[in-house]
Amino acid sequence: MVRMTNVCKAYENGTKALKGITATIDDGEFVFLVGPSGSGKSTIIKLITGEIAPTVGSVIVNGYDMETIKPSQMPMLRRTLGVVFQDFRLIENKNVYDNVAFAMRVIGASSKEIKRRVPYVLELVGLDTRTRRKPEELSGGEQQRVAIARALVNNPRLIISDEPTGNLDPARSLEIMMLLDRINKLGTTVLVVTHEKELVNRFSKRVIAIDGGKVISDGMDGYYNYES
Amino acid sequence: MNRNRIGYFFREGLGSIFSHGFMSFASVCVIVACLIIMGSFTLLVLNVNNMIKQWESENQVIAFVDEALTDEQAKALETQLESLENVTEAIFVSRDDALAKYLSSFDPDENDLFSDLEPTVLRHRYMVYLEDIEHMADTQIRLNEINGIAKVNAHLEISEGFVTVSRIVGLVSLSIILILLIVSMFIMANTIKLTTFDRKEEIAIMKMVGATNGFIRWPFVFEGLLLGLFGSLIAFLVQWGIYEVVVTQIGKSSAMQLIQALSFGKIALPLLGIFVATGFIVGIGGSLTVIRKYLKV
Ligand SMILES: Nc1ncnc2c1ncn2[C@@H]1O[C@H](COP(=O)(O)OP(=O)(O)O)[C@@H](O)[C@H]1O
Ligand SMILES: [Mg+2]
Repeated sequence: MVRMTNVCKAYENGTKALKGITATIDDGEFVFLVGPSGSGKSTIIKLITGEIAPTVGSVIVNGYDMETIKPSQMPMLRRTLGVVFQDFRLIENKNVYDNVAFAMRVIGASSKEIKRRVPYVLELVGLDTRTRRKPEELSGGEQQRVAIARALVNNPRLIISDEPTGNLDPARSLEIMMLLDRINKLGTTVLVVTHEKELVNRFSKRVIAIDGGKVISDGMDGYYNYES
Repeated sequence: MNRNRIGYFFREGLGSIFSHGFMSFASVCVIVACLIIMGSFTLLVLNVNNMIKQWESENQVIAFVDEALTDEQAKALETQLESLENVTEAIFVSRDDALAKYLSSFDPDENDLFSDLEPTVLRHRYMVYLEDIEHMADTQIRLNEINGIAKVNAHLEISEGFVTVSRIVGLVSLSIILILLIVSMFIMANTIKLTTFDRKEEIAIMKMVGATNGFIRWPFVFEGLLLGLFGSLIAFLVQWGIYEVVVTQIGKSSAMQLIQALSFGKIALPLLGIFVATGFIVGIGGSLTVIRKYLKV
């Protein structure tokens, strides 16, 4: 669950990226966050992951108040999140299996748990036949599936995805969105940032649209038709 | 920390040494070079100290016994002298012995000049050996205070000279060793910084999935520790070789016959200890300073 109340964010150079955002995402929801480039979408994602702190207002993520969270609790918060980026961010010298297992290993999971969980997640994202490949031997869509598997492997409550299809062709993009939809149906909350109208309009999901650091619409009726 | 995790950190650290082969090699070379420079200074200091100790032990104070005392009374002073602080030994020399020694120091042909010299013109005396010549002046006063000791001869200027030399040598080498320690830590940190540079992404991913700082740090610490340990062992062997060669060369040279070098066996263990400890400190310290920077996200 994410609850943002009157959130403002000014960067150190004075840029006012967010100017009073209020929005709540409940457990189990699938939400698109849309808006033109520079509208503050990535800033919202970074506030949720704790990479940056709000200047004003409160952000509560999976029960953690981002204003008062102790540095020692930050890893615990992040274990409740699965983050996917536009540029995949895989480790180049590790194969598919090891990239996913790495995320479990570094939070102290046992070999037994890893051996049980990783194949399941890889099958879920449709990569069970590619486990020994290195990232460079995979297509962009496949690489993003690895990233999604990695985000999923520690069983997070919320998957956050910042323009996951930004580097993919439309057909691959649709597949990735359908995969995220399936993951949502299995019980994980999903927040997807995008500015691809067609893609958003193929699903009938809740869409939060922002522009200039403000929410300009928030509804279940599909895409907000902004001009950018 | 359970054994499973230690195993994991160890494997990660070791794996990273091999996957960053060149940088690991560079780090080990840096450690070896710094340790050998440091070690050479340490060995030099140890040898200088040893020589000073030897010269010191030959430096004695002469305490003359009052002429009014009988022979028995004079001999009885020995326990009193030896009970003084800083006195290791007091050896009685009778006037006859002193005269004999005095005469023998001259050319035998000229002995006639003194042959009619009465032993009584000389005094009974004690050769007093000191534990620490730094306190020679003090001890001289204490000796003078003893009833029955008429006069004490001590070469204060020599004792002061020795003390000054050994202090300067100690201070200079300590500073050099300290500077070298800091320099090697710095170079080590820079070397590890280069190896972490291409792992910035990896560390960012670890943080993003919720790895604790400890978990991110430990493999690096193990890596530094292993490199430091390995470097110190190599440095120790090389240092050993260098020392043996130098000592052999000094032994061969007639000009330096007087120098009595310490045998390597005597100093090997402490030196190994110092090397390993320094390797550990430099390795771990270097990796920690670097990793701290990356953990601030
Ligand atoms: N680290 C930063 N420092 C200063 N300004 C930033 C920083 N990150 C983003 N901004 C600015 O904040 C605004 C919102 O950026 P961002 O959240 O990345 O937008 P979006 O993801 O919607 O394209 C933009 O004007 C951008 O230039
Ligand atoms: Mg963005």
